[in-house]
Amino acid sequence: MAPIRPYRRYHPGTQPEHLHPPYISSQKRAPSQPLVYLPHTISEVTGPVFSNELVDVKAFDLTKQHQGEPLGERIIVSGRVIDEDGRPLPHTLVEIWQANSAGRYAHTIDQHDAPLDPNFTGCGHTVTDAQGRYRFVTIKPGAYPWQNHYNAWRAAHIHFSVFGPAFATRLITQMYFPGDPLMANDPIFNCTADESARNHLISLFDWQTTMPLHALGYQFDIVMSGRDATPFEVNHGAHR
Amino acid sequence: MTLRATTWQTVGPFFKIGLAWLYRDDLAAADVVGERVEITGRVFDGDGNSVPDAVLELWQANSRGKYAHPEDDQNKTLDKNFSGFGRIATDDQGRFHFTTVKPGQVPAPESSSKSGLTLAPLQAPHINVSVCTRGLLRRLVTRIYFPDESANATDFALLQVDPTRRSTLIAKRSASSTSKFDWDIVLQGPNETVFFDI
Repeated sequence: MAPIRPYRRYHPGTQPEHLHPPYISSQKRAPSQPLVYLPHTISEVTGPVFSNELVDVKAFDLTKQHQGEPLGERIIVSGRVIDEDGRPLPHTLVEIWQANSAGRYAHTIDQHDAPLDPNFTGCGHTVTDAQGRYRFVTIKPGAYPWQNHYNAWRAAHIHFSVFGPAFATRLITQMYFPGDPLMANDPIFNCTADESARNHLISLFDWQTTMPLHALGYQFDIVMSGRDATPFEVNHGAHR
Repeated sequence: MTLRATTWQTVGPFFKIGLAWLYRDDLAAADVVGERVEITGRVFDGDGNSVPDAVLELWQANSRGKYAHPEDDQNKTLDKNFSGFGRIATDDQGRFHFTTVKPGQVPAPESSSKSGLTLAPLQAPHINVSVCTRGLLRRLVTRIYFPDESANATDFALLQVDPTRRSTLIAKRSASSTSKFDWDIVLQGPNETVFFDI
């Protein structure tokens, strides 16, 4: 076995604490014991590799999953998946899910009385290309109320799930939209102490990917944990 | 300058929309070599209530102790139809179950010594687990070990854990069958499952 090359630990403050009391659901679900530090072993530096056959090449377009076009503002969400050293992560699986343009999820437990859209399910997936790029076509999700506190509203967001090269790099997050006034009072958006880390969850409106007469473009880059600097680095180079 | 890894956010209550297409509760196709095991459990919150909206991801080596990943360069055979990945959600009673092959032993880090103990060169058989639910702002990471394994006594990860809490990581053999195991996840409170900082 070649020596294990561990992944870098998160920079302090850039990840949410498990307990964030303003987010009520965290109060009974966050662990009360400190996490047990585990040096990385082969179990953490490996992770699932998904075959090409698994991926539906049409699943990047959430506006083409039904007979008709979904209602709402058509958008293109694209970006790159890179590691903390700026290296692109090619062929990694990216999954998204979201509410429709009225702020309603196509899920049986969503009781918000906004209308469902028969032409919108709100799920998609893709894999990054050789430069780590991904691209989705979808509808801008609506804001929606929730039960967390009086007059609570979630800022409009798209859920992102990204695997990266290892079990240690797994990431699930949410992408927000620039200028949304609801972010200021959204305890989920605000659960991370580091303001700069929070602000990286906000996509950028982008003319370059905006398609004339068709759809607005938003850019959202995703950064996965990089490698710890180790003497073994020279033997390997970039992953894959 | 080094970038910083993107911050986690909760999966929320509606993850099924986006994640169900890749649910995998039967990890091993019929031609995969190894001892079949079925693992069943429930997820509980700090009040002892079941958690009906949890999603677990599983990552394991095959029965020979090899991960289907380019960085596992051990001279061991892979199974063509075994990726080692599973994804399962809890039902409305907070229950989950999956079937797989029992993983083999994988190497422990080479400089495995803590408090003067010399650890084994191989880790005990284990399945790596990520736990996500509404209310968890980022995932929790834990491991499932198997009972009656002599390798548990010298396992690299188990020995990082306070001895009084190790049992939360070890599945219990079911009374009904030797191939069935019970393993619950307690998110908070007495008997809280050990979660790792990886």
